[in-house]
Order: sequence, then structure tokens, then C-alpha cells
Amino acid sequence: MNDILSRRKLKAEIFRIIATISTWSSIIILIILLGNIAWDGLSKVNWTFLNNFPSRFPHKAGIKAAIWGSIWMLALVAIIAVPIGVSAAIYLEEYAKKNKLSRFIEINIANLAGVPSIIYGILGLTIFVRFFQLDRSLLAGSLTMSLLILPVIIMAAREAIKAVPKSIRLGAFAVGATRWQTIQSHVLPAATPGIFTGVILAMSRAIGETAPLIMIGALTYVAFVPENINDPFTTLPIQIYNWVSRPQVEFHHLAAAGIIVLLVVLLTMNAAAILIRNRSLKKYKW
Amino acid sequence: MFRQINLKEKGIEIFLSLSAFVSILTTMGIITILFAESFQFFKNVSPVEFFFGTQWEPLLVPKSFGILPLLSGTLIIVAGSALISIPFGVLTAIYLSQFASEKTRNIIKPVLEILAGIPTVVYGFFALSFITPILRSILPFTEVFNAASASIVVGIMILPMVASLCDDALRSVPRSLKEGGYALGSTDFEVIKGVLIPSSFSGIMASFILALSRAFGETMAVTIAAGATPKLTINPLESIQTMTSYIVQVSLGDTPQGGIEYQTIFAVGIVLFGVTLLMNIFANWVMNRYREVYE
Repeated sequence: MNDILSRRKLKAEIFRIIATISTWSSIIILIILLGNIAWDGLSKVNWTFLNNFPSRFPHKAGIKAAIWGSIWMLALVAIIAVPIGVSAAIYLEEYAKKNKLSRFIEINIANLAGVPSIIYGILGLTIFVRFFQLDRSLLAGSLTMSLLILPVIIMAAREAIKAVPKSIRLGAFAVGATRWQTIQSHVLPAATPGIFTGVILAMSRAIGETAPLIMIGALTYVAFVPENINDPFTTLPIQIYNWVSRPQVEFHHLAAAGIIVLLVVLLTMNAAAILIRNRSLKKYKW
Repeated sequence: MFRQINLKEKGIEIFLSLSAFVSILTTMGIITILFAESFQFFKNVSPVEFFFGTQWEPLLVPKSFGILPLLSGTLIIVAGSALISIPFGVLTAIYLSQFASEKTRNIIKPVLEILAGIPTVVYGFFALSFITPILRSILPFTEVFNAASASIVVGIMILPMVASLCDDALRSVPRSLKEGGYALGSTDFEVIKGVLIPSSFSGIMASFILALSRAFGETMAVTIAAGATPKLTINPLESIQTMTSYIVQVSLGDTPQGGIEYQTIFAVGIVLFGVTLLMNIFANWVMNRYREVYE
């Protein structure tokens, strides 16, 4: 009798240990991953690297064009995707009646979020690059990327708007505000931190995406800083892919250095998102 | 004055609704393009050859257009990544929801978020520069580009998704059910096995399907690490090609627009889109159909 009980307890204990090890292994993986990249690339990250254009000589190659390309693309994506995404979220949360059409739009957005990014690349290639003849320009890339992150922005913004309590809206209605006045003066200010967090996370998705941009033909030799939206461009992940896919090990070190730059940018963005989230949690308490 | 306000209100509403329609336009755009160009493709290649052919060599003469090698390549990646992400993801979710203290959760959760947020090109680099050399030192006949290395990183990549969705599912099981199990004298393991997992089964299954659909459409890591050799094989140590990495390969080359080589990306794209869409719909269906509703 006691034998069975102790065996059951042993089983439970073993399971607990296995679960613990599994969980902590993701931390170990993260440490190995970051360590491996730092080991390969840290010595290459210096001013020359940040301030040089790509080159076929590894010691001269740099990442300037990619940094500026990423900044341009991020700015354009923000200008294009944020207004559309937030508007769509406001419409779905505040205006749309709960009917078949709004349900369809909702399901559609959820499914778009699960479409592989390379399919957006095919879409961008056919519509923006070929049909609208934007060629391999910053604008074509940014439009493609905007479509890709739009579902993410919409879903995050909806959550933020939904979290604003109904009483706030009723208070505004009670003093005679119209629907839009209510949204503008009460709902949006309260939802802004949440929307902002979602937007930053969507942007960090955009800055790391590679496949759709490769599809629209952004993997070319770009040795200049783009000056307007019709210029060809390269971005950090594309430049990294370019270096990774070369056989020489010197270029792999450059790729690792590029990854360090990319990860620093990403972590900064994520830290900002977390900071905004925590501050707004303190500020608004319903 | 009220009329003016009404007009403005209406105008704003219309503008906002148009934004919501962008998402429908996107879907329509994707479907139209994939169908229109695939239609051209299937004028030249019979669907039977495409879906059942065992040779994929559209860029070489004689051309052959059997998608099975690309499909098998993709499935190796999906299966391999499932072997990593499912056990580790579920165990992590159980640990987080049952055993972990608040402090531990506050460490593990951000780590998982970081792992989920790392760009896929970085995982590709990690596979090529770290995992492949290890595999090759253990099994010397491993090719430089191989499916195993890519599957491992894709598994790491989708692990956070499995863990966080399963965590949500496990947390939605009411405390009273769990305590009922303990009241009968069950151990932790017995409660997890006999109460928690069965009562959140639909959520757990849905998380697997969603994560594997991500693996199915994953592009950069497999393009970098798994190679570009369409091959009908089940050996994960060989170089293969997935559907996604084929599409990348064509777009990197100079295939003229309108040619049959160019159309192949749409034919492969429609399969990719169709399968991932079906998986996502299926996951939602499982979640809703088999969800236990608790008070």
C-alpha cells in the first residue's frame, strides 16, 4: 500500500523535475543564441561598420545603407499602417453593429494574421511592384510591410479600446457629446498607451521581416542612403541574409555584427513598449 | 448646426469603415492573384502532374513540376519542429501555470517573448553557425545544409507560441476542478494528467495546429539552413527544399515575368496559402467546437 503511494509520489516528483528542466531550457537556449552571436560578431561592431556601405571586401563592409533603409521603411510603415489600423479598430469596436458583416471582417483579420509572410511578398510583388509599377522602391516595400502588420495593429488597438470601461463613454454621451466627440475626447486618450504598445510590437515585427522584402526584389546591392520614397533600398535583415548566404566565414562575422545591431534596436523597442505599458497601468485604474 | 455635426459624424464613420475594409481587400487581393496566376500555370501543367509528380525541376530542362518533393521538405520541417516545440511547449506551460512562483513567471514570460520576437533570419544564422556544426560533429555524414538543423530552430521559434497558448488554456480550467482532484488524494501529476489536460484539451490541440501552421509557412530560417535541393526524402540530415524557400529562390533569380517558371511561385503559393488557411480555420473550429464552458 505504502509502496504504491510512494511510487505515485515519485512519479509526480519526476514529472515536476522534467517540467522544470524543460522550462529553464528556453533560458539556456536564449543565452546560447545571444552568446553565439556576440562571440561571432561583437568584435566587428564599431564605427567603421556602422558608417560604411556594403562591400565585397569584408573588412570594409558596413551597414549604413541598411540602417537608413530600415529607418525609412519603419517611418513609412508607421505613416501608412497606424492610421488605417487604428481607424479600423475604432470602427469595429465603436461603430460596427454585431452582424454577419462585422463578424466576417473579424474572422478575416484573424486569418490574415496567420498568413505566411512570404504570401504578402507575392501580393506586394504583383500589386505594388508590377501593377502600380512602383518597382523595387521604398514605397513598394513599405506598402507590402504595412499590409503585413495591419492585422497585428488592428487586433492590439481593439484590445486597448475594449479595455476602456463603458461608463467613460456613457459619461460623455450624458453631457451631449456625439459618438465621435466621445471617442476623440474620452476613449482614445484612455486607450492610447495600449494602442502605442501594440504599434511598437507591430513595428518590431516589421523591422525583422525579411521574406516579403526579398520577394519584392529588395535584395540588391545598395551602396547609398535612400533619399526619397522611390529609391531602391536595403534593410538590416536583408543585409544580414545577404552576408549569411555567402560561403566565406568573414561575411558570417559581419552577419553576426548586423544581428547585434538589429537585436539592440528590437530590444530597445520592446523595452519601450513594456515601459509604456507599466506606466499606463499605474496611471489609469478603473 | 446639428446638421453639420451629423454630416461630420457620418463622414467620419464612413472613413473608419473604409479602413476596416482594407483587410477584406487584402484577402481578396491575395486570393485573386494566386488563383489568376495559378490558372495560367495549370493551363500548361496538368494538376495531376503538379500534385502527384515526384520530381520538381522547373528551372532545368527537361522541366518537371511535381510538388511532392517540396511538400515532403516542408513536412519534414513541420514534423521536426513539432518534436521540439510540442513537448517543451506543453511542459513549459504546465510548469508556468501549476508550479512556477510569481517571480519565476516574471522571468520566464519575458524570455519566451524575446524568443518569439527574434527575427527568423537570426534563427537561420543560429542554425547555420551553431546547430549544424554540432550535428556534423556528432553525425559526420550530415550535409552542410540539412533539414534537421532548420527544424530545430523552427521548433525553438514556435515553442513560445505553444507555451503561451497552452498556458492560457490551462489557466482557463477552474480552480474547483483541480481542487476536486486533489481532494480525492491525487498527486500533482495525476491532477495534471487526469483533470487539467483533459479539460483544456481543445485549447492545447488548437495551439499545436496554430504553431505548426507557422512552421509550415516559415521562410527565412529554412531558406538559410535547409538548403535548396528539392528531394523526396525522409532523411532529415540531407539538404531539402521547402515550398517557401523555393519561392525565395525564384524571386532571387532572373526569371522573366509571365514565363512558366514565374508562374510556379503562384502555384506553390496557393498550396502554401490554402494549407495554412485550412490549419488556422481548423484550429479555431477545434477550439470552439470542443471547448468546455465553465461557469
